[in-house]
Amino acid sequence: MRRLVAALALAALLTAGCGKEGSPPVKGPQPDQLPVYPVATGFQLPDSPTWTAAKRRGHLVVGAKEDQPYLGQKDPATGTYSGFDIEIAKMMSASLGFDPKTISFRTIASANRETALQNGQIDYYVGTYTINDLRKKQVGFAGPYYIAGQSLLVRKDEDDINGPQDLAGKRVCSAAGSTPLQRIQRDYPKAVAVAYDTYSICVDNLLSLQVDAVTTDDTILMGFAAKAPDALKVVGAPFSKEPYGIGVSRGDTALRFALDDALAAHEKNGDWKRAYDATLGLSGVPAPQPPPVDRYPAG
Amino acid sequence: MDVLIDNLSLYGEGLLGTIELTVYASLLALVLGFVMASFRVAPVGSLRVFGTVWVTVLRNTPLTLLFFAVMLGLPRFGIVLPFQLFAVLALGCYTSAFICEVLRSGINTVPTGQGEAARSLGMTFAQTLGDVVLPQAFRSVIPPVGSTLIALAKNSAIAGSFSVTELLGTYKPLNEMGYSIIWSFVWIAVGYLLVTLSISAVFNVLEKRWGIAR
Amino acid sequence: MTTALYDIPGPQARRRHLLYGLLATVVILGIVAWALYLLFDTGQFTAAKWDPFAYEGIQELLLHGLGNTLKAFAYAAVLSLLLGGVLACGRLSEHAALRWAATVVVEFFRAMPVLVMIFFVFVALKVQPLPALVTGLTLYNGSVLAEVFRTGVNAVDRGQREAAYSLGMGKTQVMTHVLVPQAVRAMLPAIISQLVVALKDTSLGFLITYEEFLHAGKLIASNLDYDLPFIPVVMVISPVYIGMCMLLSWFATWVAKRQRHSLKTRKVEVAAAEPGPLLPGAGQQLQEPPSHRSGPKTS
Repeated sequence: MRRLVAALALAALLTAGCGKEGSPPVKGPQPDQLPVYPVATGFQLPDSPTWTAAKRRGHLVVGAKEDQPYLGQKDPATGTYSGFDIEIAKMMSASLGFDPKTISFRTIASANRETALQNGQIDYYVGTYTINDLRKKQVGFAGPYYIAGQSLLVRKDEDDINGPQDLAGKRVCSAAGSTPLQRIQRDYPKAVAVAYDTYSICVDNLLSLQVDAVTTDDTILMGFAAKAPDALKVVGAPFSKEPYGIGVSRGDTALRFALDDALAAHEKNGDWKRAYDATLGLSGVPAPQPPPVDRYPAG
Repeated sequence: MDVLIDNLSLYGEGLLGTIELTVYASLLALVLGFVMASFRVAPVGSLRVFGTVWVTVLRNTPLTLLFFAVMLGLPRFGIVLPFQLFAVLALGCYTSAFICEVLRSGINTVPTGQGEAARSLGMTFAQTLGDVVLPQAFRSVIPPVGSTLIALAKNSAIAGSFSVTELLGTYKPLNEMGYSIIWSFVWIAVGYLLVTLSISAVFNVLEKRWGIAR
Repeated sequence: MTTALYDIPGPQARRRHLLYGLLATVVILGIVAWALYLLFDTGQFTAAKWDPFAYEGIQELLLHGLGNTLKAFAYAAVLSLLLGGVLACGRLSEHAALRWAATVVVEFFRAMPVLVMIFFVFVALKVQPLPALVTGLTLYNGSVLAEVFRTGVNAVDRGQREAAYSLGMGKTQVMTHVLVPQAVRAMLPAIISQLVVALKDTSLGFLITYEEFLHAGKLIASNLDYDLPFIPVVMVISPVYIGMCMLLSWFATWVAKRQRHSLKTRKVEVAAAEPGPLLPGAGQQLQEPPSHRSGPKTS
């Protein structure tokens, strides 16, 4: 045991102190400046147990994704999160009276989102969370704040694929077990579906010519395209509708309505568009109209 | 109870997935383990080194890391296989290292006199090993091989997290459908007990027929 | 290496073995060369893929992950030893009910995949990743260690126990003053081997989003900014994992070797836990002297 510790200490000493400072440079276009959201002063929401608990804590705990560039991505070295979803989370925080700088982000895997909200591990969740009736039975949804749709990512020099109708005989990649993959297999059986564990591997294989297209929500694809604008592009009109919502605890209707109000306000005053332009907009796709908020009743 | 009856096909698929993984990976592990064990006792130095490196590295690799490397790494070289095959490969190779050690210690339990007698009859290495030593070693390795394969069946649960259909993975759809998580897990546990108990039953029969107490 | 499997080779056989050896070496080197060619061919040694490791931010991330791995291991090791001790006491108890209960617990947790327990604690009991991982590891390894302890104590020469009783020692005294000290020395290799299993299994935390070593690696590997350095990450991470486990395994072998030369413990050779009554051979120990057995398998 002592030998182990000694060896580890040695390894630590060797690796530390001989590196370049900071973290590796980030690729792709960089936003000039991220929008700043003024923090609401004197905001009160006593009906919301989540909000009161956060007030006592002094900051919000927000669930997010960590592997989707320009949507929700964690910088491996610095641990900071960035992307469109993160901007939405920050807007909400400002409107709820908490300085966005104080948000503590948590990576929550897709499979654990409902659990994390139900047991109060996080206050709300912003991360390509599609609103559907099955999930509404378990959690509440503020929003939608964006309507995504399944689309296709191809190499820049690809001219043959302009939509799902062109996929016959092509190798199409998506995440194993995901809805987009099932849709391709069901609706376009002539395409050769390839499944990998994560989208980044699909993109890797797309770049190395192993597959001809990657398919999932256009937002995720746009994020990848924005990272490598010289090599990748998103093609075709979206062929499904995925309204993204902010997940909250199902019982906390007060918080849900407050977030709905906040979303509507930020969409109106232009924050929403500024946030889009600074993140997903870097892929070259102009900002769409934000979708109307669906303020469904409690119960 | 409802969870099981409502989702019998889902559980069935999961159980079948686990059984398939276990059977295929066991076969691979037994073959590879046998090959490596014969490498390790062979008179050719480089084969012995290869066998030793194989066993040492694999026994000290976390299985999750091996899955990670095989499932996500091999596709980078253009080796695109179904996930289940990748899982069988990872599980089989990992377990082969343990099978190899079981077989080798089984060979060690055969009295030296047996090998010496075989040699004095003029048998070659292959004959000594194949006709005299291994048949005897086989008897004493039945229980440890059984334990190793039970461990393999339990290890197959990791595959569920790498997009392979198997028993543990069934909790996800059940959870999404809103069934009681506790009960889903109870039935998953029962499923694993079924698999491990069947393996140990098979090996009990094998041992009764061919095993010997030494 | 002396063996009864083949004669000491004569000149002709030596030449033949040399030939085989050369052939085998050529084949093995060929496989290695092919693997290297594949690595080069797919551009795994490009500067872009290795550059991230030169930055302090990335090194810190990896060290942080390694620290978390060791933290989980430390907790799991200490708690497993404690639980193992408690369960062993239960199994050695003179009260039938206690003995029976401990047996059921030990057999159940040994027969369950450790991952099922980790997921159960994580998903069903809604616990944070680290405690979930530690709980799962503790239940499994504690149960296995209980068997190691029990066989260890039972393996102490019965004369020792009888002599102690005849001196008028109480049950507890016999245990703590006579049996356990002798048993522990002999059991040490088996205990360390089990700790190797615990160390390896900490990587299961990766599957429940515990931010350990493998998770840090994946974060780097799936980042488009760093050219998706998956293979480099595996090449950096695997040696560390394998090295740590090998150090512990060797330590176990070394202890075992020292034990065999020591007079104190020569009488008490603890091989491994006997197969339990519920599952003949449910454990994964082999019936062999401790020196050959190291690092059984996961779960």
